[in-house]
Amino acid sequence: MPDLLIELLSEEIPARMQTRAADDLKRLVVEGLAGAGLSHAAAAAFASPRRLVLSVEGLPAESPATREERKGPRADAPDRAIQGFLRATGLTRDQLETRETARGPVLFAVIEHPARPVAEIVAAVLEAAIRGFPWPKSMRWGAGRLKWVRPLQSILCILSDGEDAQVVPLEIDGICAGDTTRGHRFMAPDSFSVTSFDDYRARLKRAHVLLDSAERADHIWHEATASAFARGLEIVEDRGLLAEVAGLVEWPVVLTGEIGAEFLELPGEVLRTSMREHQKFFSLRNPQTGQIEGFATVADRETGDGGAAILAGNARVLAARLADARFFWENDLRVARAGLGSWLDSLDRVTFHRRLGSQGARIARIEALARELAGPVGAAPEAAGQAARFAKADLASEMVYEFPELQGVMGRYYLAEAGLPPEIARAAEEHYAPLGPSDSVPEAPVSVAVALADKLDTLAGFWTIGEKPTGSKDPFALRRAALGVIRLLLENRIRMKLAPLVERQILRHEIAGRGEGEERALLEDLLGEIARHGVFGIAWKALKERCRGSLPQHLEEVSERLPETAADLLGFFHDRLKVHLRAGGIRHDVIDACIAMPGNDDLPLLVRRAEALQDFLGTEDGENLLRGFRRANNILEQAERKDGVEYSFGGDIGFAEAEEERALFQALSEAGERIRQAVADEEFATAMVALAALRTPIDAFFEAVQVNADSPILRRNRLNLLSDIRSLCLSVADLRRIEG
Amino acid sequence: MPKTPAPPRSFQEIIQRLQSYWSMRGCAVLQPYDMEVGAGTFHPATTLRALGPRPWAVAYVQPCRRPTDGRYGENPNRLQHYYQFQVLLKPSPPDFQEQYLGSLEAIGIDMSLHDIRFVEDDWESPTLGAWGLGWEVWCDGMEISQFTYFQQVGGHDCHPVSGELTYGLERLAMYVLGIDHVMDMPFNDPDAPTPLKYGDIFRQTEEEYSRWNFDVADTAMLLRHFEDAEAECRRILEQPAQDPKTGRRIVMAHPAYDQCIRASHIFNLLDARGVISVTERQAYIGRVRALAKACADAFLETEAGGGAL
Repeated sequence: MPDLLIELLSEEIPARMQTRAADDLKRLVVEGLAGAGLSHAAAAAFASPRRLVLSVEGLPAESPATREERKGPRADAPDRAIQGFLRATGLTRDQLETRETARGPVLFAVIEHPARPVAEIVAAVLEAAIRGFPWPKSMRWGAGRLKWVRPLQSILCILSDGEDAQVVPLEIDGICAGDTTRGHRFMAPDSFSVTSFDDYRARLKRAHVLLDSAERADHIWHEATASAFARGLEIVEDRGLLAEVAGLVEWPVVLTGEIGAEFLELPGEVLRTSMREHQKFFSLRNPQTGQIEGFATVADRETGDGGAAILAGNARVLAARLADARFFWENDLRVARAGLGSWLDSLDRVTFHRRLGSQGARIARIEALARELAGPVGAAPEAAGQAARFAKADLASEMVYEFPELQGVMGRYYLAEAGLPPEIARAAEEHYAPLGPSDSVPEAPVSVAVALADKLDTLAGFWTIGEKPTGSKDPFALRRAALGVIRLLLENRIRMKLAPLVERQILRHEIAGRGEGEERALLEDLLGEIARHGVFGIAWKALKERCRGSLPQHLEEVSERLPETAADLLGFFHDRLKVHLRAGGIRHDVIDACIAMPGNDDLPLLVRRAEALQDFLGTEDGENLLRGFRRANNILEQAERKDGVEYSFGGDIGFAEAEEERALFQALSEAGERIRQAVADEEFATAMVALAALRTPIDAFFEAVQVNADSPILRRNRLNLLSDIRSLCLSVADLRRIEG
Repeated sequence: MPKTPAPPRSFQEIIQRLQSYWSMRGCAVLQPYDMEVGAGTFHPATTLRALGPRPWAVAYVQPCRRPTDGRYGENPNRLQHYYQFQVLLKPSPPDFQEQYLGSLEAIGIDMSLHDIRFVEDDWESPTLGAWGLGWEVWCDGMEISQFTYFQQVGGHDCHPVSGELTYGLERLAMYVLGIDHVMDMPFNDPDAPTPLKYGDIFRQTEEEYSRWNFDVADTAMLLRHFEDAEAECRRILEQPAQDPKTGRRIVMAHPAYDQCIRASHIFNLLDARGVISVTERQAYIGRVRALAKACADAFLETEAGGGAL
């Protein structure tokens, strides 16, 4: 049973692509072999900075010979059909067999696939794998046409069986497969030949290459931990960095050093970010104080001086980098201690988005909204406004220009230096959160107010200019912003109506985008009216009356498109909410049934209703009530269609004939009272329990009473009775939207 | 492997060794382009010559200007005017990495003591409509070169592919010479009768240009010049290929490209003056790229570009 070994040696493969590439090589080759009828016992793939390696054990020496029969057209079919069959099978007419079948003489092709030697199959499969390799980005080099992630230098491809190793004959764009490879680029550059995977792996190790990335990562982690320990420090865990560094070296050698005392005053986040982003250093921390005091770097070789020159070089680069960082920090501190004014001024001159104005204008809008949000989230309006005004000041700082990922973190430091209260400094860091579905949500009221205002302003802005996410395209991370708003509201149980806030913020964008002079004043008026009336439509009417109908054209246009824009944005929130709740196990039709209800822009309320409904539908009472509702609704809808009227007057117990009918009237009036009260109190579970009590009288009614009675008066009264059931149920949730 | 040569003693010696190394490997050693550029890649010997089928092999020093990097001569590593050493080989040779490593030995880096790494760094120049794959090369954690296989320039696929090397000369030299502040680096031999340090030559100019770049340059004038360069580039390329005076076919790709370089540098100056917003930036970059593409199109019609004769 031969074993296959493949090594593709190239110039340095980007670290982030290696693992995926090893998996792809394995998949392509194994699938290709299987497609040719070759099974195998085991397969393993490996990657290092310069090689992709695949070992496949226990292949058969050749593929099984197979015989394929294909049924063709009838023997007397038109010539065209027979010619087509010959082309498809690659046979000639006299090679076809004619067999008698139930539908007469039919042509059959019998194609023999002889056994193929494994080497021939491997060559074809590997060539196809190389030519069609799914690199995220590939390139050409020299004058050739072949594409690979970086220039491909050699191919090792052997089949070994016991002592014997055979090179698989293969040539791709001038590269001939062989049985040789090379070791570490600097420590063992000479080529050597191998006879099997075990031999290959052992020789590579002697040639200073650790083949397995997991082994390299392990080695790095242990060495770094031990070396840090010897310095009285501990390594700060960073799995992403560990995986990356393991992909940058074939022969890892860990070297540790200490950070110069003159840099220890820098915030830990700055030290870590600078070391990680610029130099791929691990941070070493003092276990007592938590202070970052040292670094670990991973070299790709041993040297005669025990790494002294490498360490000294790295330390020098680090010192230069940190000197830069300290320069930024000190400059920034001067601005911060002077009250941050110059940063706020400079943000007026920085464009946030071509059609959404400057960062300064954006901050002013966020501040206005944060003040309005302060009440519902339980913050002082002045504090929320102040926090919003300063939350993005660090965007103008030198440190954030250098390390954009430190936005917010630096804000917290700088605001504290400016003497602002801790809750305001904290909001600078926290207002960006949550950044994703698993990121934690701020709880401090001031942070929540700014976080909400920031996200709502972004959404309102991009909706105003019609830049909504489409398909996989969401360049401004608007889905993330909407989910952030949803999580902030739900997890902090913040009760407020989103619609008027969204309308006002869209209006603010319209003002910023356009209005001057009189028009601007009118828009500001309108903003006030929305605040007073809560609803755009009424506010608009009030304004129109005040101006006796003579409003500028632009304002008319705004008033026409605003309700639609706001409704569309609210719909976007509902879509994101569905996705969010579905992840939490709530059915989409249950959510739809609740979105259809009034107050759907109060998200915690909406979710409470949905949770109660989902629980209710899970009970037997719920199921039966749903059935009763559907029956009532179907009869009603049929009758309404037929009669062309809507039955909504309510029934009159005076016309009730049957006992079951009277009982249902009775039950409806009792439950109705309780349900209306419970809904008003937002006690949806209570409302649903009360609904469930209707199940028995409804069932009994349908059992005993013919709705479509001969007497038109009786029929009308009964239909009106059913409409009572419908409207009562619909006052809890729109059960018509429940599926199944 | 040959023994590492004696360590160089000055900035200029490092430049000389690189020139002689690449000269020995068959490169034409060119002189710097006589215009202000942000990177050695802008030299037409790279940008334009990477296009078309003709083989090419050049090396040259190119002074570069990046107005936003000015630090009044105070920062140990940042300068608004600095030097790059640029190598372009078309087609890229199979042993390009080894040739490059040889150049490091030539300037005195002892390969047995240092940690050289090729770290992914895909190169893209939005202003040139160009991209390539390659690495930044690290020596003991410091980036000392850019190594790129050009895939596209001016929107055209490169075939054959050029291999490009860019050495950041100050940084590399500081490393080799063991200098911590660029201004302390010996420019000529430290034992010369008049030893000159980098700072003796450039500290004052860094200070002067930093002030001008950041606070004094006349932005209204620069905006006008940007428009002028753009218009002139277009006008040059709109001329009929047939020269009415000589009767010859003369496509003026290089003069047009000069205007593209000019527009690009003016844009950098405007950027340093802080008058270009994030979104306007994209628009300006797009305008320069459109010029670069038009110049690349024109070059491909010329003899050097392998176009119709």
